[in-house]
Amino acid sequence: MNRLSSFNLAVRQRFAAMPKALRLLFLLAVALFFYALPVLNLPGLSTPDTDFGGVLFTVSVYVLVALGLNIVVGYAGLLDLGYVGFYAVGAYTVAVLTTEHASIPFLLVIPIAVAVSMISGVLLGWPTLRVRGDYLAIVTLGFGEIIRLTLVNSEWLGGAAGISRIQRPADMPMFDVPQLDWSTGAPLLDLDDTVPFLQFAGPGSQYSWYWFALSIIIVVLFADKLIKDSRVGRAWEATREDEDAAELMGVPTFRFKLLAFSMGAFVGGLAGALFAGRQAFVSPQSFALLLSILFLAAVVLGGQGNRWGVIVGAALVVYLPERFRGLEEWRVLVFGAVLMILAIYRPQGLLPPTRTVRATRSEEQVDLDERGLDGKETAHG
Amino acid sequence: MDLNFGFLADNFVALTVTGLALGSVYALVALGYTMVYGVLQLINFAHSEVFMYGTFAVIWTLYFMGGTAQTSGMSLVAMMAVALVVAMTVSALVALALEKFAYRPLIKRKAPRLIALISAIGASFVLAEAMGLRGKIAAAFGLEDDLRRYVGRSRDAAGIPVEIDQVGLFTIGDYTVTNVDALVIGAALVMMVALDQFVRRSRLGRGVRAVAQDPESAALMGVNSTRVVQLTFLLGGIMAGAAATLYMVRIGATRFDAGFLLGVKAFTAAVLGGIGNLRGALVGGLVLGVAENWGSAIIGTEWKDVVAFVLLVVILLFRPTGLLGESLGKARV
Repeated sequence: MNRLSSFNLAVRQRFAAMPKALRLLFLLAVALFFYALPVLNLPGLSTPDTDFGGVLFTVSVYVLVALGLNIVVGYAGLLDLGYVGFYAVGAYTVAVLTTEHASIPFLLVIPIAVAVSMISGVLLGWPTLRVRGDYLAIVTLGFGEIIRLTLVNSEWLGGAAGISRIQRPADMPMFDVPQLDWSTGAPLLDLDDTVPFLQFAGPGSQYSWYWFALSIIIVVLFADKLIKDSRVGRAWEATREDEDAAELMGVPTFRFKLLAFSMGAFVGGLAGALFAGRQAFVSPQSFALLLSILFLAAVVLGGQGNRWGVIVGAALVVYLPERFRGLEEWRVLVFGAVLMILAIYRPQGLLPPTRTVRATRSEEQVDLDERGLDGKETAHG
Repeated sequence: MDLNFGFLADNFVALTVTGLALGSVYALVALGYTMVYGVLQLINFAHSEVFMYGTFAVIWTLYFMGGTAQTSGMSLVAMMAVALVVAMTVSALVALALEKFAYRPLIKRKAPRLIALISAIGASFVLAEAMGLRGKIAAAFGLEDDLRRYVGRSRDAAGIPVEIDQVGLFTIGDYTVTNVDALVIGAALVMMVALDQFVRRSRLGRGVRAVAQDPESAALMGVNSTRVVQLTFLLGGIMAGAAATLYMVRIGATRFDAGFLLGVKAFTAAVLGGIGNLRGALVGGLVLGVAENWGSAIIGTEWKDVVAFVLLVVILLFRPTGLLGESLGKARV
């Protein structure tokens, strides 16, 4: 367990020591790789049984959700079991305003959907954030369910059948992107098998949706970094570690918790809006409580508080079941078992924040010192 | 949304009594959540599956003993009594297994509490899906033909093979309280009182309270905390098994995912009454059951679950530690 953590720490220190230009170049290369990923058709990585572009889009929506939930759970330390509610608010705002009760163009609706989600975050947070810890978890769970059941029971919102034929953004097919063909063992450009660029409806549209979502993720990542490193981020950290102490130091904890909640709702609503646009159909079944739990699992497994960690977590939560679709009905069972095993063997998540790694280390050292043992002899395996 | 107070007024007694019966089941399941929370301060998310295994234990016992729709009289009572014992045993075993495989490794490593929740969620998935795939699992051992009655149509609802006649006992207002109502409410109350007295008066119960108040001091005083945690899960499992039997008497059917909603409601009941507080679980369960029935009478049955959650949110806002406050463990903020 510690070996992976040390590696993780070492990689991060090495990265931080690089010149800034080199770091930017590296990040640019990573971004380019992910833009190219759907047409690379990398053998072994692509999902054999389902459409890889579609899977990548789902992954990117989950990544967005995980980044949003990470603000709430990872940064501010608020256990939210009803996060799917904001996702639903975003998706339904798009559905209602493009199809059901108005016909505003999709790209204009996105800011509205995000604003509505944010407002709903403030409205839910205002009363609930006064309770702490596990009570907050169960209250948010209650709110998530209230939102879902309201969707089921409200005819104005389409009832249990949901809303279909959601408007998509206008197609702007500019050019076709060729796919790579690996059938000969070496990568070849396949000019017959192409993917349209910026086409949001019809076959092949999943690629454009993926690129769209990826661009949004990159923007969100930048915003996330700026906020995390600002006064706000430090206030969240203080609140998470010890709320009373933070309050005593003059941090208005309630206001910062509310801010975290609404920022989380913002990103969740954005993800919901994308989901609704791509599916062109929303129904209450898409927003079950189980999804909140899956989102939370993505954040905790990846390493709450580390944006790269939660991205990995979200990708695994979507990708693993799709990659192993062959297991069909066993996959939920296997997923549950994987959750248990990871929880037991990597309780800090796959990629915990540097701070957590250091804190765990020093705690372990204190433990060993207290027992009067030499750390080296009894180092945990 | 039309508010229909007339319906509530006309059926007030009926709604209240059936609400109390449902609430008793919530309360029994809530005990499992509340005890584990009191001792370990973690949400035992998989407790709903402990209950669900109990419901299947009831069905299978009745199958095994040859219960049919014609079974009646003393033989039916005897069968249900055996089913109760089997359900309690099965639920208790599942709860103990849960403790051993999903929680103990984490407690030993002093993992963060949130991660215990994830482990519990994983265990819950595994348990529910194992029940939902019991046909496939039996097939893997080549037993699907021998066990067809038990494992057939694993994904569908399964019902008890016997029929329990509802006999009116006495009348309050214009509602006749049936034997089933009386049995469910009475049995739940007896179980609760027994558990409450056990935790309050017995030596083992004192150990449970000691660990809940201060685990380290309790350990220094010679309380074996692992045993106490096991005892907590055992008691929670027994209560869930009893709840499962009463649920099957009243509702009659279950499914591999039947635990989920009931579990959420029961946890709500525990929080409502004050988590960690045994008497709070009883109050919370009964209040929740009755409020759901009244609420759904007023604004329509499709809003039943919304009523439950709105009630929870409202109570927590005005009494953040629940109706009776936290008591098994120390007061936490």
